[in-house]
Amino acid sequence: MTEKSFKGIPASDGIAIGPVFCYIPAELTVPVRATGSAEEELARFDAARERARVELQGLYDSIEKRAGKEEASIFVAHQEMLYDPALEGKIREFVEIGQTAEQALVNATDELADLLASVNDELFAARALDVKDVGRRVLRILLGLPDTALGAVAEPSIILAEDLTPSDTASLNPSLTLGFITAQGGLTSHSAILARTLGLPAIVGMGINLLDHVYNGAFIVMDGRSGEMILEPNQETITRCKQIKAQRESQLQILKSAALKDARTAEGRRVEVAANVGETASALNAIEYGAEGIGLLRTEFLYLEDTQPPSEEKQFRIYREIFEVMSGRPVIVRTLDIGGDKPPSYLPFPDELNPFLGWRAIRISLDEPELFKTQIRAILRAAIGHRARIMFPMVSDLDELRRARDVVEAVKRDLKSASVEFAADIPVGIMVETPAAAVLVDVLAEASDFFSLGTNDLTQYTLAVDRGNAKVAALFQPLHPAVLRLIRQTIEAGHAKGKWVGMCGELAGMTKAIPILLGFGLDEFSMNPRAIPEAKHLIGKLTDDKAREIASQAMSLGTAAEIEKYMKAVLAELD
Amino acid sequence: MPEATIQVKHKVGLHARPAALFVQTASKFSSTIKVRNLTTNGKFVDAKSIIMVLTLGVMKDHEILIQTEGANAESALEALKSLIEGNFGET
Repeated sequence: MTEKSFKGIPASDGIAIGPVFCYIPAELTVPVRATGSAEEELARFDAARERARVELQGLYDSIEKRAGKEEASIFVAHQEMLYDPALEGKIREFVEIGQTAEQALVNATDELADLLASVNDELFAARALDVKDVGRRVLRILLGLPDTALGAVAEPSIILAEDLTPSDTASLNPSLTLGFITAQGGLTSHSAILARTLGLPAIVGMGINLLDHVYNGAFIVMDGRSGEMILEPNQETITRCKQIKAQRESQLQILKSAALKDARTAEGRRVEVAANVGETASALNAIEYGAEGIGLLRTEFLYLEDTQPPSEEKQFRIYREIFEVMSGRPVIVRTLDIGGDKPPSYLPFPDELNPFLGWRAIRISLDEPELFKTQIRAILRAAIGHRARIMFPMVSDLDELRRARDVVEAVKRDLKSASVEFAADIPVGIMVETPAAAVLVDVLAEASDFFSLGTNDLTQYTLAVDRGNAKVAALFQPLHPAVLRLIRQTIEAGHAKGKWVGMCGELAGMTKAIPILLGFGLDEFSMNPRAIPEAKHLIGKLTDDKAREIASQAMSLGTAAEIEKYMKAVLAELD
Repeated sequence: MPEATIQVKHKVGLHARPAALFVQTASKFSSTIKVRNLTTNGKFVDAKSIIMVLTLGVMKDHEILIQTEGANAESALEALKSLIEGNFGET
């Protein structure tokens, strides 16, 4: 048999290898039978409802124990629906016109679920599934069937289903569940969230005909990190996956245990280690790798995926979702940072000979006030109750910064007069990525609450090197003494004005740079999530004195090559 | 009959916990309580039904009209008003 590979949305990290249990919920058919009196039918419904309540309370208790109150709360909601007067009223109506309790229940729940499903907001419409789930439970009890759901799983299996209701996932036995895969659902669906809480690999959104390809007992491997599922894998694939699984687990064990603690230097001084993130899914990822916040939330993805700019509501939803995922950790939102190298169709880009020196980032925002205001409004509204900050890209002088801040203040006034709630005290800062900003930090401090070094552009602008140009790419040296001097100057000038200085460029995650940056006194290192565990590990090995000594030694060298060589020796010695 | 127009300020609107609290509060009173979404110009529904309250699709900043009738109609209205105005006990 040849192996077949399928791809879905990676929802919870981990590799599982094993047989499939295809979960196809039994069709509950409503039998045609003689109707009792209306009182008798209603009494049957009452009794079934009471049984359902007991079951739901049992599910609540077991999920609360395994995953916590938050996850279990869905079963409180189900109990409330069970005793809903509108549901009861509808059932009574149907019974009184001569229907059996089963028929009345199905008709009543269908009608109410349809009503809910037609609400013009997916969050509300999704509750229709809960009404149906509750209805199914009562119907099953009325029919005298046991609560088998997923209780029939007898050996450790990967559960495959069209979709899983909260009742389904709650009845999973975690010790017999290797992972699960659903045809429907998204990253924030109930089953995906529960999988992450329980630490089970999961893939969602596989597509509708998943169950046509897979049969009960089929052997598969799944990777919740890549979203890949392989049906009937050959021996080679299985061996390879087992190796990757063992490797990842041991690696992760070591690093994660260190990474989930706050980053501290050898003598215990706190340093922030955060993640650079460009979408909701990677925010989840960032937490797994030990991010203490998001030091750079790129918002470009919102602007480049469509032929029109994203609406305020869409931005609001996505920002809020990311803030909620980060639950209380700080998030720095960088306003629109695009340019002529990747122009969206709805902005009037001129032909530019040199887009990196052209109309981009804050320059566009200041020229297109409506576009800018929409983004600021969405951030200010979404930030209520969260630790969010706003950061402007590519600022090069105080006038630009003041004008950008004026826009923020104007938006606040508008929101206030429209009595829309927003986060009034949100800090506003800039990215230091032009040499002009780096040498003006003491001046810019007047209007900037914090600074974050963007080393990719800072290097390119300082060294006048386009790293996309193969001819000169080798000249792109982030450890160039000129770049390091600007970085040191930024940190020192920022601190002299009492400002927090972080870094969200690639340099912040490079082990060869971290000791130097620590020696300069950098407050925060924001990087690709996967680099976090190693960065924290390295920071933990350095004392402040040692880092300062390394930094001053590095700064005494004259070329990037010498600094690289020196840092290689430093890292080898630390290992 | 007592009635009041109120703007829902909670960030999720009348959904999840706020919806549950709203219905629980309404259910404490024997009066008949009806609510409708003015912003979407929806119909009146029973304020004691979580399902029907959800069908209103009340989102942040929507305005709702609450009407109460019968025993304790005034205090029922007062209780629901202060629940919403106090942002469901959240700050």
